[in-house]
Amino acid sequence: MIRIRNVSHHIGPAPILHDISLDIPKGGITALIGPNGAGKSTLLSLIARLAVLRQGEIHIDAMKIGEVSDRELARHLAIMAQSTHVSARLRVEELVGFGRYPWHRGRPGPGDRAIVESAIERFGLGPMRHRFLDEISGGQRQRAFVAMAFAQDTDYLLLDEPLNNLDIAGARSLMRLLRQMADEDGKTVVIVLHDINYAARFADRIVALHEGRVAANGAAREVVTDALLRDVFGTDAKVSLHDGHPVVLV
Amino acid sequence: MARRLIWLALALALACLLYMTVNARGSWSFLLPFRGQKLAALVLVGASLSVATVLFQTITENRILTPSIIGFDQLFIMIQTVLVFALGSADYVGLPALLLFLLNVGLMSVLGLVLFTLLRRGARGEMMRLVLTGIIFGVFLRSATGFVQRLIDPSEFSVVVTVTYARFNTVDGVLLALTTAVTLPALWAAWRMRARLDVLGLGDEIALGLGEPPRRGQSIALVLICVLVASATALVGPMAAFFGLIVSALAHVITPTERHAILLPSAALTGAVVLVAGQTLLERVMGLSTPISVVVEAVGGALFLFLLLKRRRA
Repeated sequence: MIRIRNVSHHIGPAPILHDISLDIPKGGITALIGPNGAGKSTLLSLIARLAVLRQGEIHIDAMKIGEVSDRELARHLAIMAQSTHVSARLRVEELVGFGRYPWHRGRPGPGDRAIVESAIERFGLGPMRHRFLDEISGGQRQRAFVAMAFAQDTDYLLLDEPLNNLDIAGARSLMRLLRQMADEDGKTVVIVLHDINYAARFADRIVALHEGRVAANGAAREVVTDALLRDVFGTDAKVSLHDGHPVVLV
Repeated sequence: MARRLIWLALALALACLLYMTVNARGSWSFLLPFRGQKLAALVLVGASLSVATVLFQTITENRILTPSIIGFDQLFIMIQTVLVFALGSADYVGLPALLLFLLNVGLMSVLGLVLFTLLRRGARGEMMRLVLTGIIFGVFLRSATGFVQRLIDPSEFSVVVTVTYARFNTVDGVLLALTTAVTLPALWAAWRMRARLDVLGLGDEIALGLGEPPRRGQSIALVLICVLVASATALVGPMAAFFGLIVSALAHVITPTERHAILLPSAALTGAVVLVAGQTLLERVMGLSTPISVVVEAVGGALFLFLLLKRRRA
């Protein structure tokens, strides 16, 4: 479980998060949604210690952010940051191989290679494994990064807007892969999403942030409502139900 | 890839052999230590500047930067200029070599470390801010040096000019031993962090996500860069700024990989080959006394433009 207690955060003088307390239970997919500037990415960065936590406490199981070593945390929590730009010229399989680094620290064994192989296969990267990252499409690159996070073999997987720049086919296939990782591998996926419909369709729980505070927290059907769109997102779009999933009519 | 390293090693061995034997006149009891010392200096400087450049390019994630951009060379020239100005050329030349060497290494390391720590204490410690500050600092040093040089007597100024290009004509045995004692551990430390460097090259966020705190790794790399560049420069004078750039570009062509386990030895070997072969050509075949750094500067400038244009197209 990710336990967030009284977390506040400023970037420069600008307050981003106000006294957030939140529990993200183990297992399943939790989506963080909210309008631009609500603090979703900041909250995710704090959980993943990409930003320094100054006020409040975050625990991941028994590990306390700020006290646990980076190396130890990297074996329990993988983060896929918003920007997947890498200046180094890497092949797909090399990138996926880096996922094992927290475990082997530069000396990969046969076990590490086997996990990398299975990650490449699972994410359908076999045909392009020898291609360079700048030679494949945005969707394929995104998938390679998720495969790397998968190879890291952690209980927790954090993703910051992984659907950016993906077309509908790429976005859906990525979300299905994440769903699979949550259902079959028992991973806890926390994902920042821009598109409420993807969150409503694929996530088990939705946490809506608004101006640095938790505005709603629960199952998609409870959270995604006309009221949420009006109060949090400031728009009068309507929500309809389809197959039991709420859908925002844009 | 490993096979190419063997070829590089063979090329270096050949270059060394040629350097030692071409136009060898006189007794070997004199030639061997005389040329041997210069050869050792060439190999050492070539390897350490190349490794320093690769380290710098990795932590800045930029393939067209070299550590000399931070202003090491300018500081070296400034120290010599100020000394000549203050002491006069006769006293400057008369300074004990060891004292001068220690002064140079000390001041350059202090400069590098002060610059790095000051900048990295800032809120985010971005690499690019460090690089830009280094460039501006280099320009400042250059202007200050230019000012002092205008105050120097023209005949004394010629002394300054000779030390502003790297020369391998005379290499002091004691200094060589000292440089070796400093450089080898630094090269070893760079080799030890090869896997970390691979991860650091992925960018700060990814590196941290993989459990490799970027700032710590970058700081260690910066210290190594300071030590390597300062000791090499103090030994032979400022090597052309483009030297590291040429070598790392060549190394990337010869061994196209991002893995530092390959890249570091490849760059070190390439650097040594370029220097030894270049010096053999200049000194033995063409009979020129032109410092090799001048040639490197000319060739390197062209290569730099080529790299820039190629990047734009890519």
